[in-house]
Amino acid sequence: MKTVTGHRLFWPAAVLVVMLLANVVVTPGFLSVQVRGGHLYGSLIDILLFGAPLILISIGMTGVIATGGIDLSVGAVVAISGALACYMISGQDDQGSVPGVLVAVGLALGLSAVLGLWNGLLVARAGIQPIIATLILMVAGRGVAQLITSGKNINVNSPPYKLIGGGYLLTVPFAVLVAAVVVALAGLAVRRTALGMLLEAIGGNAEASRLVGIRSRRLIVLAYTFCAVCAGIAGLMISSNISTADGNNAGLWMELDAILAVVIGGTALTGGRFTLAGTVLGALVIQTLSTTIYTTGVPPQTTLVFKAVVVTAVCLIQSPAFRAKVFRRRPGAPPPDPVASPGPADVEVRA
Amino acid sequence: MPGAVLEMAGVSKGFPGVRALEGVDLRLYPGEIHALMGENGAGKSTLIKVLTGVHQPDAGEVRLGGTPVSVTGPQHAQALGISTVYQEVNLCPNLTVAENVFIGREPARAGMIRWREIRRRAGELLTRLHVDVDPGALLGSCSLAVQQLVAIVRAVDVSAKVLVLDEPTSSLDRDEVEQLFAVMRRLRDDGVAVLFVSHFLDQVYDVSDRMTVLRNGRLVGEFRTAELSRADLVGHMTGRALSTLEQLHVTGESARVQAEPVLRARGVGRKGAIEPFDLEIHPGEVVGLAGLLGSGRTEAARLMFGADAPDSGTVTLSGDPVALRSPRAAIGRGVAFCPENRKSEGLVEDLTVGENIVLALQAAAGWLRPLSQSRRQELVGRYIEALRISPADPDMPARNLSGGNQQKVLLARWLITRPKLLILDEPTRGIDVGAKAEIQKLVVSLAGDGVAVLFVSAELEEVLRISHKIEVLRDRRLIAEVANTAEITPEGVLEIIANGTTS
Ligand SMILES: Nc1ncnc2c1ncn2[C@@H]1O[C@H](COP(=O)(O)OP(=O)(O)OP(=O)(O)O)[C@@H](O)[C@H]1O
Ligand SMILES: [Mg+2]
Repeated sequence: MKTVTGHRLFWPAAVLVVMLLANVVVTPGFLSVQVRGGHLYGSLIDILLFGAPLILISIGMTGVIATGGIDLSVGAVVAISGALACYMISGQDDQGSVPGVLVAVGLALGLSAVLGLWNGLLVARAGIQPIIATLILMVAGRGVAQLITSGKNINVNSPPYKLIGGGYLLTVPFAVLVAAVVVALAGLAVRRTALGMLLEAIGGNAEASRLVGIRSRRLIVLAYTFCAVCAGIAGLMISSNISTADGNNAGLWMELDAILAVVIGGTALTGGRFTLAGTVLGALVIQTLSTTIYTTGVPPQTTLVFKAVVVTAVCLIQSPAFRAKVFRRRPGAPPPDPVASPGPADVEVRA
Repeated sequence: MPGAVLEMAGVSKGFPGVRALEGVDLRLYPGEIHALMGENGAGKSTLIKVLTGVHQPDAGEVRLGGTPVSVTGPQHAQALGISTVYQEVNLCPNLTVAENVFIGREPARAGMIRWREIRRRAGELLTRLHVDVDPGALLGSCSLAVQQLVAIVRAVDVSAKVLVLDEPTSSLDRDEVEQLFAVMRRLRDDGVAVLFVSHFLDQVYDVSDRMTVLRNGRLVGEFRTAELSRADLVGHMTGRALSTLEQLHVTGESARVQAEPVLRARGVGRKGAIEPFDLEIHPGEVVGLAGLLGSGRTEAARLMFGADAPDSGTVTLSGDPVALRSPRAAIGRGVAFCPENRKSEGLVEDLTVGENIVLALQAAAGWLRPLSQSRRQELVGRYIEALRISPADPDMPARNLSGGNQQKVLLARWLITRPKLLILDEPTRGIDVGAKAEIQKLVVSLAGDGVAVLFVSAELEEVLRISHKIEVLRDRRLIAEVANTAEITPEGVLEIIANGTTS
């Protein structure tokens, strides 16, 4: 039993399951998935579809947090990427042209990469604290998005672009496929090469990593760049889904959701050990929570408070110190050891 | 004999996969200095942590003055009169000595901290223990020894009945150790029970009255220091005889140097750290750096690795001039460096033992060329066995290892890279007698295989034992180089340090 609850993915997975079950109680058909018109359809699919951008950003954020950093600018990058892609497409004579859309997508992702590079260089080369370095782009980035859209929302009408965030492939939402591929690639890159271990070393002990000859700067720049590209893809999905680039609201506060997802997933904000699978679970928890709020009709004014309460509870449940406090000192019982429980034969208090 | 102030009876403590303590007893009497002895990983620190409430025991109890107590944490322990100084001094260097003594429990009136009172009371305490330091001085400006003493003063302030010191001497010089022992004896004479851990047998015999020996988490026994010979003590600790530990002696003759030195430094120095010096190390040669604390030993060693960039001089490695601007540059040339501060500069506690061991090799290969699983297992397994790292589990998080075993992990990390020049800064600090001899033997045999070694240690005996050549430092200057002939003794080296010349 101990080994199951001791697994690092246990708590995020348990929280997700509980949330899904709570939804089933309120909405009996919650778990049902049907095929309608060649598309998978149902609340679970919605969670995956609307959660895809958050999953992507959270995966990128995990890499950054593993190095001991943080990226506050992902929300702004979402806005910029969507704005640039929609601006390019709206300027075309034929908005439905596939090559045109590809160029727009390529440019948007290229710009995202450059922005990530900028963050990474500020942190790794200029030695600015990550929270400050990325705050710059968080604030300025919205301005850049406004600049691209000239302060207005840009609407596009482009079937190929619509595919990214609203289309289906083989009955599955295209965005979900993209997110799955990115997660799989990141997982491979991190665990099949030495990347994961080296990132964890940097976040775990920066000075030791330097003395052991790890090219920390390069890897840090790589992490921020990857994170921004993930945010860029998320920006494409979000603007594509609503066929609109909204420089003001696209990706607003998403950096905070992503950071939460990473933490709920079991990666510490102090850096070091990280888990991509946990992050995916964490992102799904957050998205399920948002969906629950919609489907159960929590009054809109209380949405944020409700969310805050649930998130606080989730974080408390995950804190070993909190669990030890709550489950300790039941009257009569000797205090159980929070770290390990030995075989029953060993527990014998000599009086 | 009066009753014991503190008794621990039948204490057991397990961690996942490890039984750290099993049915251990410990008795401390007022007015004694009691040594807690055992090899690395024997369970000394764990026993202390149970005593101070950091860990809850799985079984057994702690009795204070005859009444069972359940210690819930260090704060509680302190309130009960059990004060502890851990190995790493964890005070605030940017505060004054007086502030450090009272931090967290400042005397206050109406919510206002009474600074004058703090300084006065700190002054009193320091005088009582004959520690000669200005309470208003910044702690960071004091020597490590004084910092250690301040930590003790802080610990004994609250009418301590029991004072626990976990490896308090491992980073101190001889004189400073004496100073520390004087304080310990004074406290003993005041009726305090002092429990201390050290891997230096000389010190243990010098200062302790009784000792408790642990082996593999079990109690071997309780002894009067005067009645236990060293050989027996080592036998109790290791379960083996001492014989193999003593025969190791290297002289200046055994590795006569030919041709090209691995390292040649000319006028290398760094402002504020070490004045420009010359140094040559040949293949198969062990060069010892001797000097007191703060003499620039570590600073000199770090320059040879590019851990700090030199601001003058030239370095050639195997004949090629190189700019040692970063550790990576040095590593690329076959240089390896074990830093003295293993927690902050060496170990990545989050990673497993195996990951820590392959880290340097992997960093050199780059992230795109991971070591194959089988090769990694083979290498890690081989070095865990060769250095007898325990527990021998490559997947154990490194933070769970005992201090001495963590040090061995760092050694393994660099040995695995097959370096041409191995720089070891205090590699045996915190390592038990058996393992220490093994590491010394290892250094000698590496040298036999043609590796050049730069060996830094505060322990002169050790430096003399394995070096072919000794560089003596004082006040951040290299003042003499002596071949390690049979006539050289620790006293002789101290004399050079004192007089600045060979006698
Ligand atoms: N938190 C922990 N989790 C798992 N194992 C632990 C933990 N702390 C200690 N151990 C294990 O318990 C055993 C005893 O460790 P302890 O630190 O008490 O040794 P020690 O006698 O202080 O050794 P040293 O002289 O090297 O400091 C070791 O095998 C160690 O790996
Ligand atoms: Mg210890």
